[in-house]
Amino acid sequence: MAEILSLADAVKQFVNDGDTVALEGFTHLIPTAAGHEIIRQGKKDLTLVRMTPDLIYDQLIGAGCARKLIFSWGGNPGVGSLHRLRDAVEKQWPQPLEIEEHSHADLANAYVAGASGLPFAVLRAYAGSDLPKVNPLIKTVTCPFTGEVLAAVPSVRPDITVIHAQKADRKGNVLLWGILGVQKEAALAAKRCIVTVEEIVDDLNAPMNACVLPTWALTAVCHVPGGAHPSYAHGYTERDNRFYQAWDPIARDRGTFTAWIDEYIHGTADFSQFQAKLAAAQEAK
Amino acid sequence: MAYSTNEMMTVAAARRLKNGSVCFVGIGLPSKAANLARLTSSPDVVLIYESGPIGAKPSVLPLSIGDGELAETADTVVPTGEIFRYWLQGGRIDVGFLGAAQVDRFGNINTTVVGDYHQPKVRLPGAGGAPEIAGSAKSVLIILKQSSRSFVDKLDFITSVGHGEGGDSRKRLGLPGAGPVGIITDLCIMEPEEGTHEFVVTALHPGVTCEQVIAATGWAVRFADQLGTSAEPTEVELNALRDLEARTAAAHGQTPGEA
Repeated sequence: MAEILSLADAVKQFVNDGDTVALEGFTHLIPTAAGHEIIRQGKKDLTLVRMTPDLIYDQLIGAGCARKLIFSWGGNPGVGSLHRLRDAVEKQWPQPLEIEEHSHADLANAYVAGASGLPFAVLRAYAGSDLPKVNPLIKTVTCPFTGEVLAAVPSVRPDITVIHAQKADRKGNVLLWGILGVQKEAALAAKRCIVTVEEIVDDLNAPMNACVLPTWALTAVCHVPGGAHPSYAHGYTERDNRFYQAWDPIARDRGTFTAWIDEYIHGTADFSQFQAKLAAAQEAK
Repeated sequence: MAYSTNEMMTVAAARRLKNGSVCFVGIGLPSKAANLARLTSSPDVVLIYESGPIGAKPSVLPLSIGDGELAETADTVVPTGEIFRYWLQGGRIDVGFLGAAQVDRFGNINTTVVGDYHQPKVRLPGAGGAPEIAGSAKSVLIILKQSSRSFVDKLDFITSVGHGEGGDSRKRLGLPGAGPVGIITDLCIMEPEEGTHEFVVTALHPGVTCEQVIAATGWAVRFADQLGTSAEPTEVELNALRDLEARTAAAHGQTPGEA
């Protein structure tokens, strides 16, 4: 059974230094509030897994929480580069960042394999690509039935996955909809799973076949409305496209980035304070 | 009507999508051209985005690969793993529509790194869905602006394979799809030469000279014997494109980048 906890308590109890952490959400439902809380609590030496690192991992990497990144597309969608990721890869700032690079199909399959309790995923991939030359974990396997040579990649099995979703009920059952990405697979692949939600309700009223994660498959559920900002929660919040643009100059420079983290993350007690501070700053403009 | 070279590129790319074909769409330029096709010559083209929407019909261009409107207007939304497993690897994609940072003469694509992988000059975003789209879609179209920096003699990194080293490379690699069948740029259209699978210029856009194309290509580019000229964008095409861009700007307060 999932406990209903504050996000600060959930991160304190279930995210440990050195953990392999997946904060998933494919453009939609990115668990930004949890990323902020991990920075606030100064977690260290994390191996971060995410198909699209996005702003959430740019922040964690720049803040010095990460030792390694496992990913498949590292850009600021619709804007350009992730400058903190690039600075870590190109100039080892604020510390060296080991990268393990895959394709989307590979990582999506690797999450499916993780959720399936399998050690590796098999897919038709990478023939002719240079990625296997720089990632020794991309190997091949020969089909015992047809002889076809296929790609084999290790499954993703995080110590902890964090996702954001629309609704939970009071027992901690979670309902999500819209673009699901690899949320369900990432949740079920992990040893522990925290879900932040827009609202907690008496009854999910979930349609048959809806994407429901049962409380007994989760570790903690936290009520964090708007917790996916600047990503969105379908039916609740809109994507804040302007923030994705505004992030570019903030992250471009080490000084402005550090000042932003100090003011907006370390200078706030929780996500609702962060939201209030951001809203005040946006209004002042 | 007067038009820009970028508009010519988008229109020329849109014309390549047959009505009713199933198209796996990359974000940025491919998404713009694919939606223009849907709004003009190919109303029944099926647009699939890697985030999960199948049959998306957005009224404005998405800024990200997972914009809510893609989900709202789709016939169905499936998990990302299913997109790659059942729909792409399962062999149901007619056209993979890709952008690129760099291409070479065989339509191989680099979106990973300029310079050495471990000591990069420029670190690019990486693979995304492109390697498997390039491998498994029945055919591939590539759209990008042409310059000697983007059309290079030798790629520092092959992220997504086109025709490999040319000739029967794809066959030897065991790739199921036919690979890239067209590169559409702001200057011209290139298609693979039979046999060698080297991309040669088959049509220049109106007003573009061979010299311009040569100057904007990092390899010794060749021209087809039967060199054609692209038809100018029609008023219908241009109006549809400009309306789409105006709706997008009004909705998002910005036009989509190419990231």
